[in-house]
Amino acid sequence: MASTIAEKIFASHLRDTPTPGDAVLDIDVVMCHEITTPIAITDLMEKGMDRVFDPDKIKAVIDHVTPSKDSKTATQAKILRDWARRHNIKDFFDVGNNGVCHALFPEKGFIRPGYTVIMGDSHTCTHGAFGAFAAGIGTTDLEVGILKGVCAFKEPVTMRVDITGTLPVGVYAKDVILHIIKKITVNGATNKVMEFAGPIVDRMSMESRMTLCNMAIEAGGTCGICMPDRTTAEYLWPFIDDKYESVDDAVKDFKQWHSDPDAHYDSTITIDVSDLVPQATFGFKPDEVKDITDIEGENVDQIYIGSCTNGRIEDLRAAAKVLKGRKISRNVRGILSPATPSIFNQALEEGIIKIFMDAGFCVTNPTCGACLGMSTGVLAEGEVCASTTNRNFNGRMGKGGMVHLMSPLSAAAASIAGHITDPRKYLQ
Amino acid sequence: MKQFGGPAIFLDRNDINTDEIIPAKYLTENSKTALKPFILEDLHLEGFDPQSDELKNAGVIVTRANFGCGSSREHAVWVFEVNDINVVIAESFARIFRQNMFNCGMLAVELPKEDIDIILSMGNVDIDIDVTNGVITAKGAGEKTFNFTLNDFARELIQAGGWLAYADKKY
Repeated sequence: MASTIAEKIFASHLRDTPTPGDAVLDIDVVMCHEITTPIAITDLMEKGMDRVFDPDKIKAVIDHVTPSKDSKTATQAKILRDWARRHNIKDFFDVGNNGVCHALFPEKGFIRPGYTVIMGDSHTCTHGAFGAFAAGIGTTDLEVGILKGVCAFKEPVTMRVDITGTLPVGVYAKDVILHIIKKITVNGATNKVMEFAGPIVDRMSMESRMTLCNMAIEAGGTCGICMPDRTTAEYLWPFIDDKYESVDDAVKDFKQWHSDPDAHYDSTITIDVSDLVPQATFGFKPDEVKDITDIEGENVDQIYIGSCTNGRIEDLRAAAKVLKGRKISRNVRGILSPATPSIFNQALEEGIIKIFMDAGFCVTNPTCGACLGMSTGVLAEGEVCASTTNRNFNGRMGKGGMVHLMSPLSAAAASIAGHITDPRKYLQ
Repeated sequence: MKQFGGPAIFLDRNDINTDEIIPAKYLTENSKTALKPFILEDLHLEGFDPQSDELKNAGVIVTRANFGCGSSREHAVWVFEVNDINVVIAESFARIFRQNMFNCGMLAVELPKEDIDIILSMGNVDIDIDVTNGVITAKGAGEKTFNFTLNDFARELIQAGGWLAYADKKY
């Protein structure tokens, strides 16, 4: 029977069907961070179930608040650290080697086409960029994942999103996904897998595909997913060169996961991006999106560039195009959090960190920090941030604060202008 | 099986997210009970007071579509649990929140918009839930019943007391 990529992954990982329509899957990678895992660890210990199903399939990182800012966050870090040591979890990333989980784990090669991936973090959908089924889960699901290596999901229902046309200059994956969320709403993909396809996706880098898949959850999607292809194989090559003779071989093998041409989709939408202009949110839901030209001049107090959505090297390069040789407005403060140490290093080597610092940005260590108002850039009541993150919820970056989501290029432009502005004028 | 029900509080808005239910700054707590005072602290809803007696006395939340969207934090379920709210009745739920409710042995019930409208129109109501037969009884100015369906897997999770107990036995 013709199947979608998600259906193929489900079929190959099916452990149990407790009732028709429910699937319990074997999980290839269980990822953990210090916000949602310590409470799972403590609960398992209290129940006398402090075990792990396979230490090699568990990956852990301290990323949300790091280095720890107070006793409570230090305790969370300690619980995770002690647990990783106790169970010989060798892929554990602590201060000095840590970064935002959804940027760090892909660059370590942990995610492969056809994998099942879970984490107690809603942005786990990011990893669908590799042709994996990757979904955010709660702490109880995480406990079961850690203990048994399984997780329950509804049989996948897929919404296909074909992205066509030509991406205009100054318009990025972030603008595309904001536009899609505006179109389908924050409830438009609830309980569905969002399969991103079409010529624009085919031409996207892995970084851009991760940005696209990262925000599937903002439309309610269980997972964003892209077909694994040559771009995927080239990205993963250092980790798979012992398994395949050549990149061509890997590309051929990855095809087994591709959705069949006659697979059944719950719905299909086509988005032509040829006339798209840079997008930004205006409000407290990620589907409240406008053309940036319609909110020209809106006030901002802080610029934040980073996060699992847009803290990768190509994001920093895009922002640096605008910042090079310029100073940020005296009315704003700018914060850059490169998402991982290797991105930080790469940006240093390319002179990008210097461009940011010369422009007047503060550069922090890799962390989730300000995105969810936990550290490194919390807003005061009434303040506004132009941000490359993924959520503009009420209070998200600090009580009484407001966030406008946008691309790194648009955020950089806002830092120079001191207010929201069309970034394309800085590209001439 | 656990008893489900109690006085209802209405949150008359779509797309209430888990950041509004429990802000991220409280996710550094390592116990569920520590979350108790912070319930719905950032809810963006006109006239809503997170310190109200109505919320303190509530045992059931009645709300609109896509409840619990956003972050996967199970803290959003726990903060209800430690405030003695063990049922949410909504037009629909975000996937992770709904799963978290059943995983904790709590009840997330979907009713069509028309039924939610009727409950809202009844004023202050007490809600009684018969999980076995799938019947909600709302008692206020009058009394009305509504049927709901739960799939067998969700019902088994509630009967087992949650997903961990279920999975530990079975897998």
